[in-house]
Amino acid sequence: MIKYIFKRFLYAIPILIGVNLLTFTLFFVVNSPDEVARLHLGNKRVTPEQIQSWNEERGYNNPLFYNQSEKGIKSFTKTIFYQKSFKLFIFEFGISDSGRDIKYDIKQRMWPSLAIALPSLLVGLLLNITFALFFVFFRSTYIDYVGVIFCVGLMSISSLFYIIGGQYLISKLLHLVPISGYAHGFEAIKFLVLPVIISVIYGIGSGTRWYRSLFLEEIEKDYVKTARSKGLSEFSVLFNHVFKNALIPILTGVVVILPLLFLGSLIVESFFGIPGLGSYTIDAIQSQDFAIVRAMVFLGTILYIFGLILTDISYTLVDPRVRLK
Amino acid sequence: MLNFFRNTLLISTVILASCSDKPLNSPYSDSEESKNTFYSSFQERPKHLDPVKSYSSNEYAFIAQIYEPLFQYHYLKKPYELIPLTASEMPEVHYLDKNFKKTTNKGNIRYSKYILKIKKNILYQNHPAFYKEKDDYIYHNLSKEELKKINTLKDFENDSTRELIADDYIYQIKRLSDSKNHSPISGVMKEYIYGFAEYKNKLNKIESSSKIERIDFIKSNDMLGVKKIDRYTFSIVLNKQYPQFIYWLAMPFFSPMPWEADLFYGQKSLQKKNITLNWFPVGTGPFRLIENNPNLRMVLERNKNFRGEVYPSIDDKLNERKFYSVNKINEVPFIDKAIYSLEKEQIPRWNKFLQGYYDNSGIASDNYDQAVSLNSSGDITLTKDLKDKGISLETATTASTYYIGFNMLDSIVGGDGKKAMLLRRAISIAVDYEEYISIFANGRGVVAHSPIPPGIFGYQDSEDYYNAAIFNYANKNIIKKSVEEAKKLLVMAGYSNGINQETGKPLVLYFEATGAGADTYAFLNWLRKQFKKINIQLVTRVTDYNRFQEKMINGTGQIFQWGWNADYPDPENFLFLLYSKNGKVKFGGENAANYSNKEFDKLFVNMKNMKNSKKREDIIKKMLEIVQHDSPWIWGYHPKSFSLSHRWVENIESNLMANNTLKYKKINNSIRKKDIKVWNKANFSLLYIVLFLITAFIASIFVMIRKKDKEKIYD
Amino acid sequence: MFTFLLTDIFFYIIIISLIMYVAYVRKTPDILANWLYVFRSRTGILSIVVLSFFIITAFLDSIHIKNKIYNNNTKQYVYTSEIKSFLDIILSPMHENYEKSYSAPFSSHLYSKETVNFNNIDKREYPRLLYKGNHNKYSNNKIENIAVISLFSIIKSFFICFLIYMIIFYRTIFKKNNNFLNAFNNNNVLCTSFFIIFFIIILLYDLSTQYYVLGTDKVGVDVLYKSIKSIRTGILIGTLTTIVMLPFAIFLGIFAGYIGGFVDDIIQYIYTTLNSIPSVLLIASAILMLQVYMANNPHEFENIYERADLRLFFLCMILGLTSWTGLCRLLRGESMKLKEVEYVQASQTFGLNKFSIIVRHIIPNIMHIVIITVVLDFSALVLAEAVLSYVNIGVDPTTYSWGNMINAARLEMSREPIVWWSIFSAFLFMFILVLFANLFSDVVRDAFDPRANKKYE
Repeated sequence: MIKYIFKRFLYAIPILIGVNLLTFTLFFVVNSPDEVARLHLGNKRVTPEQIQSWNEERGYNNPLFYNQSEKGIKSFTKTIFYQKSFKLFIFEFGISDSGRDIKYDIKQRMWPSLAIALPSLLVGLLLNITFALFFVFFRSTYIDYVGVIFCVGLMSISSLFYIIGGQYLISKLLHLVPISGYAHGFEAIKFLVLPVIISVIYGIGSGTRWYRSLFLEEIEKDYVKTARSKGLSEFSVLFNHVFKNALIPILTGVVVILPLLFLGSLIVESFFGIPGLGSYTIDAIQSQDFAIVRAMVFLGTILYIFGLILTDISYTLVDPRVRLK
Repeated sequence: MLNFFRNTLLISTVILASCSDKPLNSPYSDSEESKNTFYSSFQERPKHLDPVKSYSSNEYAFIAQIYEPLFQYHYLKKPYELIPLTASEMPEVHYLDKNFKKTTNKGNIRYSKYILKIKKNILYQNHPAFYKEKDDYIYHNLSKEELKKINTLKDFENDSTRELIADDYIYQIKRLSDSKNHSPISGVMKEYIYGFAEYKNKLNKIESSSKIERIDFIKSNDMLGVKKIDRYTFSIVLNKQYPQFIYWLAMPFFSPMPWEADLFYGQKSLQKKNITLNWFPVGTGPFRLIENNPNLRMVLERNKNFRGEVYPSIDDKLNERKFYSVNKINEVPFIDKAIYSLEKEQIPRWNKFLQGYYDNSGIASDNYDQAVSLNSSGDITLTKDLKDKGISLETATTASTYYIGFNMLDSIVGGDGKKAMLLRRAISIAVDYEEYISIFANGRGVVAHSPIPPGIFGYQDSEDYYNAAIFNYANKNIIKKSVEEAKKLLVMAGYSNGINQETGKPLVLYFEATGAGADTYAFLNWLRKQFKKINIQLVTRVTDYNRFQEKMINGTGQIFQWGWNADYPDPENFLFLLYSKNGKVKFGGENAANYSNKEFDKLFVNMKNMKNSKKREDIIKKMLEIVQHDSPWIWGYHPKSFSLSHRWVENIESNLMANNTLKYKKINNSIRKKDIKVWNKANFSLLYIVLFLITAFIASIFVMIRKKDKEKIYD
Repeated sequence: MFTFLLTDIFFYIIIISLIMYVAYVRKTPDILANWLYVFRSRTGILSIVVLSFFIITAFLDSIHIKNKIYNNNTKQYVYTSEIKSFLDIILSPMHENYEKSYSAPFSSHLYSKETVNFNNIDKREYPRLLYKGNHNKYSNNKIENIAVISLFSIIKSFFICFLIYMIIFYRTIFKKNNNFLNAFNNNNVLCTSFFIIFFIIILLYDLSTQYYVLGTDKVGVDVLYKSIKSIRTGILIGTLTTIVMLPFAIFLGIFAGYIGGFVDDIIQYIYTTLNSIPSVLLIASAILMLQVYMANNPHEFENIYERADLRLFFLCMILGLTSWTGLCRLLRGESMKLKEVEYVQASQTFGLNKFSIIVRHIIPNIMHIVIITVVLDFSALVLAEAVLSYVNIGVDPTTYSWGNMINAARLEMSREPIVWWSIFSAFLFMFILVLFANLFSDVVRDAFDPRANKKYE
């Protein structure tokens, strides 16, 4: 087991290198840092001299891969590649183009993201599975048919509409929760209620349908028929057998996204003014803070790979029949 | 399902329980609301709070409350007038000849010398950087152990203060020259302050990036033109006669900076925790920044060490003791705390203002119609809805201008040739800024005739003083020339019906646009329509701001839109945008159109250092005539600023030059509490309906499951 | 003079391959059976009809011609760089004139008050619209007028549908002993949906000659026109994205699965790497870089249409890059399975070369996965466009797209009274397209997926 996990981690390294090279090409080979400097120095009275010293300070004036003017190990370390890309491997994200320490900001901002994403996931999961079981129970009836159509309808609405509509109705017309904002600690609840509700509703359509098809697949299997023939009620067949066995794909599906919850939701966070990593990324994209975008790409990749490994582990824990090679 | 039901019930009871006193939708905590607190919002997180770098109004909104330069604008007086802030009096100015001897002979003047005196007994805010134990600044060299406990500035156990002295101002001027600090005005000051350039070079030569060495150098080396006279007095020598320099002295760039703070924040280990001078200012002003979370909110709190200042009145005479003496009733600041929340999206910002959670709000163009109406005499007033809420409106024309520039280096629209000039003029006539203002700014603006906005010396506003190249005077009104006239000009320019008569090809022009705001599409669409009026096709190239800047610097753009916000209320600060020595391509200056005209340049140099007089006005008139003839810009418009405040906010005065106005604001908390409560009554009807539906739904499901389970008719 | 934008050409390719696919299906009984399942399903036929109207609109919008103007001096027509599509010509009553600013649906006045100088007295009032809304043709009462127009369009659409019905089913209708309505009874969903759609189209068209059915936007452009023009963008993003990347996905997937070994490792590595980057971030960084490239090479993109078009195309490519990996993985797995199937093994022993095995045996047997993926991705991509444009990393701001409309609606929603029609029409059009695409994909999946639970649908 430990050996397997170790192997998986080793396997992640070439992928991380690949991602790193890809982002490096995107951000430095295609684009020169000069304009970035100009953007961050403001728009009034910027002189070329200032741009140069800004670049020097951020280390953007170094050559890409090999520094001929330096000797020994320094000819490799005093390059953009080493300082901006290689250091990501040891989680040295450096300083953002606007001058703040990225690592510090990420540490601060991942909790609000989690505060939205985790409840949304849990409540959503609960609702989706309940609805799915409900539809499966009434399969081949009009309840199921209408339910599925309803889900398709919910799926066909852009997330933007849920957010704009929800904000307008709940906050503006009914005055039930603050329109936007965030507070730390217990007071955060009133700010989180609406975004969580909206994320849950947005996910119901596709989630319910997904779990419904999972259960339907399960219900065809022989053991279900056996259980039924033993005279168990349909309700207990569904709950004790179908649900229990479908738990593995459900669980693994959830585990893979768990680490990514830290990344937050781009749109929801920026609409509700929640200082999470999602709005951090959006801000970085809009202000073209490449240092942050690069760090977030790298972080996202790591979390994704971590999720995959977790999935594999959870397979063995849930189902002893699965052996890891 | 049962769980879900229980959850919703739980949540709703929590919600119902918590609505004891304040409205449910209040974004603030209980403890904050009851205090004498001012609430506002900021749209974009400020990039720099270091006075050496700050140069935009959203940054000034904070640092001007904290740092105090020598002078400030009188809050109530118009035209704008400078008065002392930390200075004890207005400066003495001497003119010197080439041997630094005082002279009154105008021909001999080479230098001018400002003698600046500051008040005694002004104290800085309490700050750990000042804290000494046994004559030793213990926080200036933090060990790893000590750092572990520190995450924010609040985590330092001790703090202290110090008196403001002349050295602090001198220190800041030296900091301006350090290219490591990226001060946007170091280029300008290099030209004016004697010895500045030399000092800059010296500093640049220090190889070491060690902060301590730089600070030591700055402390021990003097700038030639900036001298300390005594503890509270210093002098600045300028290379030239430059009367506008006093305006610079009122800007946050010339705030005092204690070297202790610079050294304290210079520690690399603190930078890792984002505790830097750029985020946590140290000043003498009425407020200090106690919370800086640019992702959420910034909180200013009253500085306990503030010396006190009296609310100004129009009758104040300069240098009269009365103004500065501390009078308990009118002592500013009036508020104890100011909370600024980050609000990036427009919808929440406006709604929160209407709900009373922000005390003031600028009006975005799209909210204008709701807020403002014109009464019969043409005055702008508020609509009934807002008036009923007791909201008040302040308007003022800003000292800024937005224009569309032609790149004078371009082969088609640029150059001194008559053909290009006629083309530019035709376009200028075709682009209807009157319409622009009504669509995009909802009437909040004045059509520009020249770069100089209203309220600035030299503004054109009479029947014999307007832009005759683009406008006509008829029926006691100044009216833009008609599109027909523009078409005629176009024929003269050789582009009859939009076709280049030499090549037979249609004329295509390119517009460089930046950004992709919500309005970009509409604006570009509108602009194309304007050019279409005279059959010119306009291709719009949308890029990000970086690329736009690059195009401007390389001179590869053709037509572009830009704006300028005045540094100080003087025509020089606008006309220099067309001075050839400021050309963007050649000199990297602010003349983005790269306009160059020898006659204009000569007049500009003359006008620049003059005091406002009839003679100066005549020169400005001549200069405007020249540029209006050449039309290097489509003279766009001067925006008007509207600001709305709730009825519980007192002492509202629109003063666009003064930034340190927070100290004058007054809040009536009891009215605010009452109003907010009335405006934000929670409406639970929907919640009840939803709860009812859920209950009904669950009940029916149970019934159905029971029924179906009994049937057992599967497969 | 016709002119072809990059995306036009790709759109034509899509249409042509669609036609070729239809011809291929007609000859292949297995696949035909699957498709017949789709056609027999009521939701299937309904969504096909609706989607085909969307596609026809997009197609009409993809045939571009250059504008020309008259040169007085040389007495000749000169082509300008301005481009019109067939759809623009058809819809010319909707966009030849612009109002000044916002006006509500069916309104006769602008939405906001303006200062009007009347006899030297400034008055604040709602100005009348210049071109539409005030010229009620049939009756002075607006509602009556609209009712009359609706009545006319019912009659018109009835006649058109009747004509089409006669043409399509003439054989069945005129057969002996056959009821005239037999064909209708057998195809009632088809016929009704045709009638309803024609009715809606004709009604909207007629109404929009006299009214702004969905109001006007900030600069006075008809919102209905904007929404219709956005169809092309939506359809293109939905289809082009997958089509562009399809060849790569298919071939790399099959190679990895079928050939295995070192090739498999490399291909796996590539798609795992791409897949590991969260897609939004990948798209964002790629679009940022694209903007940089376009700004660096302004001369390659002479006019506004080409610029916008190229950005749209690149957006499709980048979106394709992110969706490509999933399909590739599926195909790899499937072809690995197929490799072990008996008849493939048999052909191998007969000495058939690898290439022809892939063409003959593998590709036909993985096509169902491809079709399901293409159809499934479609709706997700249309929705993604809106979100990306909202974050300003989507299509060019000058391109008509629902995302841009929603983006602009941010400001409109904070007005009071709010301007709701822009966001409403974007919502409506997007919802209809995505809803029917989803329904369609459901049916297609049921038809093609061997594991699908057909029983319960």
